[in-house]
Amino acid sequence: MLASTADYELEMRGETLVVHPKGSWSIEQAGSLDGRLAGDVAELTYRHVDYDMEGLEDLDTAGAYLLARAIRYGVVPAESWDVVSQSPGHKTLMNAATSAVLGREPEARRQWYDTFTRIGKATVRFWGELIETLAFIGHFFVVLMKVIASPKKLRWKAIVSLIESVGLDAAPIVMVLSFFIGAVIAYMGANLLAAFGASIFMVDLVGFSVLRELAVIITAILLAGRSDSSFTASIGAMKMRQEIDAMTVMGLDTYEVLVIPRAIACVIAMPILTFLAMLSGLAGGLLVAWATADISPILFFNRLTTAVGIENLWVGLVKTPLFGLIIAVIGCRQGLAVTGSVESLGQRTTTSVVQAIFAVIMVDALFAILFYQLGV
Amino acid sequence: MSAPLTLDQSAPPMRAVGIKTQFGPNIIHENLDFTVNHGEIVGLVGGSGTGKSVLLNTMLGLKEPEGGYIEYFGQNRDDLTPETRGVIKNEMGVLFQGGALFSSMTVRENVMVPMRESMNLSPRLMRELADMKIHMVGLPPESAVLYPSDLSGGMKKRAGLARALALDPKMLFLDEPTAGLDPVGANAFDELILGLREAMNLTVLMVTHDLDSLYLICDRIAVLVDKHIPIADSLEAVSQFDHPWVQEYFGGPRSRAAIGAGEAAAIRLKG
Repeated sequence: MLASTADYELEMRGETLVVHPKGSWSIEQAGSLDGRLAGDVAELTYRHVDYDMEGLEDLDTAGAYLLARAIRYGVVPAESWDVVSQSPGHKTLMNAATSAVLGREPEARRQWYDTFTRIGKATVRFWGELIETLAFIGHFFVVLMKVIASPKKLRWKAIVSLIESVGLDAAPIVMVLSFFIGAVIAYMGANLLAAFGASIFMVDLVGFSVLRELAVIITAILLAGRSDSSFTASIGAMKMRQEIDAMTVMGLDTYEVLVIPRAIACVIAMPILTFLAMLSGLAGGLLVAWATADISPILFFNRLTTAVGIENLWVGLVKTPLFGLIIAVIGCRQGLAVTGSVESLGQRTTTSVVQAIFAVIMVDALFAILFYQLGV
Repeated sequence: MSAPLTLDQSAPPMRAVGIKTQFGPNIIHENLDFTVNHGEIVGLVGGSGTGKSVLLNTMLGLKEPEGGYIEYFGQNRDDLTPETRGVIKNEMGVLFQGGALFSSMTVRENVMVPMRESMNLSPRLMRELADMKIHMVGLPPESAVLYPSDLSGGMKKRAGLARALALDPKMLFLDEPTAGLDPVGANAFDELILGLREAMNLTVLMVTHDLDSLYLICDRIAVLVDKHIPIADSLEAVSQFDHPWVQEYFGGPRSRAAIGAGEAAAIRLKG
């Protein structure tokens, strides 16, 4: 390919326009040639176009397309055309270029109208999403009952391996995070309570907040970010590669094979993880209390058992299986909603994590109201 | 284009010299020599697992060989500057097996991607050129605004071909272009390749299992057996080649049927 320029000469012979293209009519030159030829022939009247390819060094489809404009852009479109060339390839290229049929222009956007369309679409989508989620939950419980009625259908291997990836693998990060949260709460207490000379209440603060809420929420949010997204992504990828279709055709129930094991794994792993988070959260608080307010570990535990009590541990733990279930169900539901495109996989994964975190926090708030009313 | 670059058009567009490919202790290719000459359509055949796709990836630069080297237009790929390599990349178009279209873009936008990246064209001209390519590969104009997920397998391949042709490459790589197409569609695709070769002066390397394609459009057939390419020649020469796999391949019942069909089609095309 020579870096040469492209040019042309026009010649009128009676009712025939002769185009003499020179140089290299290729896509590299197309940017500079764009519009020139069409502009030059706009004033001319002719019925036939002859292309004399004598001086042409190189022609590709883009060049041919630009040359073909001479046929269309005259005062009236030319009725016929011909190519004078040594190379049969030129004729073929020009044929391809002149017969090109263009698709529709992209539709112009109507801005204000667009906004309403999008609001409407979003509303409809929200409604559909709600109904589909409810349908999914219903279907899930029906299958769950069936599996419980005949427990042989449970896939223990899958459940155990899922507990490993959902629970065991997440344990270090959950514990580290919860440790820091416990420490942060203790520090906050250290500053505030020391002013009243009531540093010992630091233990109450750490104990109540970690056991009742923080350990649970931290674990649930981490599980939503870690496992829920991976459920959606892996099930979505299976959907895209038609693995789900293959299962259905083989008579395997998608819910039984994919959803139930994940739900059971989360229901089992979530309380264990939360318990670990509670322990390390308390450890974080204990260390800070020891370091800043001179509360010894023995004193810390004494105060913890007398003032906070074991019932707060149960209040925290009793919520966790439900959170595990919510996270697993949302992850699987969004995964199964993935359609063919890569974009929908990304969208569904985002939706899945957002919904899971939202649902967990909302349900936690409901629990708080419930426990308050019950006086626990 | 920034730097004027002279590609030696007489040199073979693609040459593999002494290629060695290895995955762990597994040697896939050894002492593999292979040349694709200007203007020809070469079919690459070989049994499953002989590393046809690996070889294609090596030639495309998606994988570095463990030994030997690849030449583009007579220049060793390892010696090329990034700029030269960029220019040469524009001279190569690839159609991957599943089309490999970008799923977040319409067909037209897919075809416009290479133009937008490498050329300085107005959006309108790019759109028109993209539509022309879409027309050339035999897709209806309405398909320009469709997304890949709305297309059938055959249409995806055509759209992938349109994108591969976006910059008028000199060299076209096709990975199983007719796999998964019905015979009518496969035939049409073969004729499309022939027509495009003539129109755009293409050099084509196709990995294929489709015997009809081999008989109908390939000038030479390269056979990948025993970790190298012992023969790359015309159909007659290759089918005479003394190797059990080659004999089985070209002597089988499917092959004989395809020979008959190929001859009939050749007569039809000439007549």
